[in-house]
Amino acid sequence: MTRSFIELPVSDDDRRIAHLAAIAIGLSLAEAALPSPVPGVKPGVANIVILLVLQRYGLRAAAWVSALRVLAGSLLLGNFLAPGFWLAASGALASLCALAAARALPERFFGPVTRSVLAAFAHIAGQLALASVWLLPAAGLRFLLPVFAAAALVFGTANGLVAARLLAGDTPGRRESVPCPHP
Amino acid sequence: MLNLVRPGDWLVLGLAGAAVAALAVHAWQGERGDALIVRAGGKVVERVAIDRHRILEVGGPLGVTRIEVEPGRARVQSDPSPRQLCVRQGWLARAGEAALCLPNQVSIEIGGKRPAYDSLVY
Repeated sequence: MTRSFIELPVSDDDRRIAHLAAIAIGLSLAEAALPSPVPGVKPGVANIVILLVLQRYGLRAAAWVSALRVLAGSLLLGNFLAPGFWLAASGALASLCALAAARALPERFFGPVTRSVLAAFAHIAGQLALASVWLLPAAGLRFLLPVFAAAALVFGTANGLVAARLLAGDTPGRRESVPCPHP
Repeated sequence: MLNLVRPGDWLVLGLAGAAVAALAVHAWQGERGDALIVRAGGKVVERVAIDRHRILEVGGPLGVTRIEVEPGRARVQSDPSPRQLCVRQGWLARAGEAALCLPNQVSIEIGGKRPAYDSLVY
């Protein structure tokens, strides 16, 4: 009997991304349990992790963590490939694009709060764009737009402040593992 | 706490707040009407812009209906109809809003670029 092994080399980067994605997924799941008055209005605390990853490990790692969070989060919540999954994916993609664009802003004047707010607005814009062309073309989403935008502003600011606080207390080399946000 | 927010962050927050306010105004103001259409006996007898104060008087079978126009809104000020429904409806401002004084066969409607309703059936 021959046994064949396929060895998949796992680098430290992979482990780190998996670790960070696990934190983000945990936050997403915890948040999914919270009731929300308007569907789609959520604090989005998992984005704090994305902001931290972006700052410390760059855009590529942030994209990985974000994609894994959406994918694994939807598998755990049972809405993989359901409309909610596509909404989450389009929002995550749009906010990653915003984060990538926001890197052009000078670091001296624009901190995590800016990135968080821009990502939150892009997130809601991506979701609404998909919803209005595909899911609910006829519904009056226009009337909910200010609600979503206000939520993006409030939660984006809050998440940005948390991320800024965590990054401020984070001197390089002080720890081996990632900073674990305590929400 | 304050040193977590950099100068540009305040700028972004201000812009975002302004964007939210602009969206709220845009989405919730409705389509403001810009014209008043007056009908008597089913025919359009008057079509005026609602840009300045004026009083219109339209005759019907029961008497004269007085319509008051102000910048951005209009109402039936007085009407000989017994139940005064169109008078009590008050000011109309959004495109598509209408007040009908049925016994006197006079109606007013706010016209705009995009009326809020395709048609209304009573």
